[in-house]
Amino acid sequence: MSTLLEVSGVSVSFDGFKAINNLSFQIADAELRAVIGPNGAGKTTFMDIVTGKTRPDEGRVIWGERSVSLLRMNEAQIAREGIGRKFQKPTVFENQTVRENFLMALKKDRGVLSVLLFRPSKADHEQVDALAEQVGMLAELDRLAGELSHGQKQWLEIGMLLAQEPRLLLVDEPAAGMTPEEREHTSELLVQAAKTRAVVVVEHDMEFVRRLGCKVTVLHEGAVLAEGSLDHVTSNSDVIDVYLGR
Amino acid sequence: MRTSFIAKKPSVLVFLLALAAFTIAVTILSEGFGIGVISTSFIKTLGKTLCLCLIAVAMDLVWGFTGILSLGHFAFFGLGGYMIGMWLMYERTRLIVSEALMQGQIPPTDAEVIEGIGNQIFGVVGSSEFPIVWAFADSLGLQLLLVVLVPGILALIFGWLAFRSRVTGVYLSILTQAMTLALALYLFQNDSGLRGNNGLSGLQNLPGVETPQSIVSMWFFLASALALALGYTLAAWIVSGKFGSVIRGIRDNETRVRFLGYSVEGFKLAVFTFTACIAAIAGALYYPQAGIINPAEVVPIASIYLAVWVAIGGRGRLYGAVIGAGFVSLISTWFTGGQAPDINLGFYTIKWVDWWLVLLGLSFVAVTLFAPKGIGGLFDRLKKEGGA
Repeated sequence: MSTLLEVSGVSVSFDGFKAINNLSFQIADAELRAVIGPNGAGKTTFMDIVTGKTRPDEGRVIWGERSVSLLRMNEAQIAREGIGRKFQKPTVFENQTVRENFLMALKKDRGVLSVLLFRPSKADHEQVDALAEQVGMLAELDRLAGELSHGQKQWLEIGMLLAQEPRLLLVDEPAAGMTPEEREHTSELLVQAAKTRAVVVVEHDMEFVRRLGCKVTVLHEGAVLAEGSLDHVTSNSDVIDVYLGR
Repeated sequence: MRTSFIAKKPSVLVFLLALAAFTIAVTILSEGFGIGVISTSFIKTLGKTLCLCLIAVAMDLVWGFTGILSLGHFAFFGLGGYMIGMWLMYERTRLIVSEALMQGQIPPTDAEVIEGIGNQIFGVVGSSEFPIVWAFADSLGLQLLLVVLVPGILALIFGWLAFRSRVTGVYLSILTQAMTLALALYLFQNDSGLRGNNGLSGLQNLPGVETPQSIVSMWFFLASALALALGYTLAAWIVSGKFGSVIRGIRDNETRVRFLGYSVEGFKLAVFTFTACIAAIAGALYYPQAGIINPAEVVPIASIYLAVWVAIGGRGRLYGAVIGAGFVSLISTWFTGGQAPDINLGFYTIKWVDWWLVLLGLSFVAVTLFAPKGIGGLFDRLKKEGGA
């Protein structure tokens, strides 16, 4: 497996507080990875850096076979390179229908003129139907996204990310606020998605991480503390110290 | 799948039919083409109102759909008026000056004619030299092109600078207002080249056209109706597809749209510039009906009124903007024109000329508080009751 994303020696500080401290991280094609860590460990900042929202003070972020640096791109360019991001709070376009949300996310030319002239073809509608079925929302296609339940919004957002056909999916606390059944559905979706692309899941909930059954990276104070299987990292004494307090 | 978008959007068809019915009714009642119930001056008021409806459609696109509260669109409207006004004034003065000089013994040279025109136009600001901005004023074609180009390029440069710095929300509004104020202050100066606070006048007289105003007013009325129909249909088409989805997405959650891979700045710039051009075309149709344009038309308060009309009509729906602009500007004419009866309370007489603005302000507050969807929102309620 080749490396898809390589983050090396990245540091960033806000007003003197080092949110990320010499962090290095790699992920390969078609890999599922969970990132855990206590509050303030730098999980969200890590995602901000990869997606171009925050510029690091130092370090490198290298992407894909062509080994391009993501640091010179803006958010939209990075998204077009194939990095999709799901925010902690479900963010869908509430004033638009589920179908419109999906159509906007479909992988198409994003230029102003081609968007203006775009009219969905039969194939596009079929693709939307397939995505809606995958995330279990076929019946909701013509409802306003704002009317959906919290869990449904999360799935819609995951579906929109899949519609973008990203090569790397960054998912921030997908299970927050979900019922146990919804969690199960969500973990299945993520495992399924990771078969064809890289998926990074940031999560607090250990039970959810266990269900993902993947390699785990533990962040602490902006750096990697431990890496390996869930059982391996939870038996690591440093990790136990960090989680239970010294 | 390829049904025309008008079939999918019945409101567009309803609007076009209503506009056509209104236009035909006014034509039949007009002095110029019909039975003469509506006076020429009221035809001009109606024609001007249609132009205001057109700029309201532009404002709704940029504010109601894309979420950019621009307080600069009336500046683009005014610039469009200035551009067409320059040709109208130049050409008409040239005809008058040439005719006067022809009375002399020897035919005038070109230089004498130019000097004569310069004296006539710029005498009020103590000059007779043609400023550089009048370079194309002798050509109708070029000046018509400038109607769109000058405001369009101004909007493009301003928008590019503002959007790429990610200025949003109220800060952007303040910035657009500053641009408008700067433009108005510049135009007020005598050496601006556009006759300072005198502005351009006599615009209702088309050069070389002897047709009476009752007919000319109808030409402009019909042209304004056509422009509104085209502008409305184009705007409705733009917002009907994915482009509409994206700009409404930008209004509701700009960051999310960015992470979907869309260049938010590019979309904002496209909408801002396009609507500036629509506003300019509306202005170029408006001022020949008004007869005069001066810098007082461009001051920021005009753009604020525009936002008030769109808010009262209901933003985010194009017919709402048209209803708001038409309704509010017409009753504003009625109240401020002295036609509204004063109310005598015994101890105090409410003169509507003075109190109209208070009424307008109060209704704006009332709409914001109690009917955030504006007058257009009432149609939703009717639809719901009809369906239930």
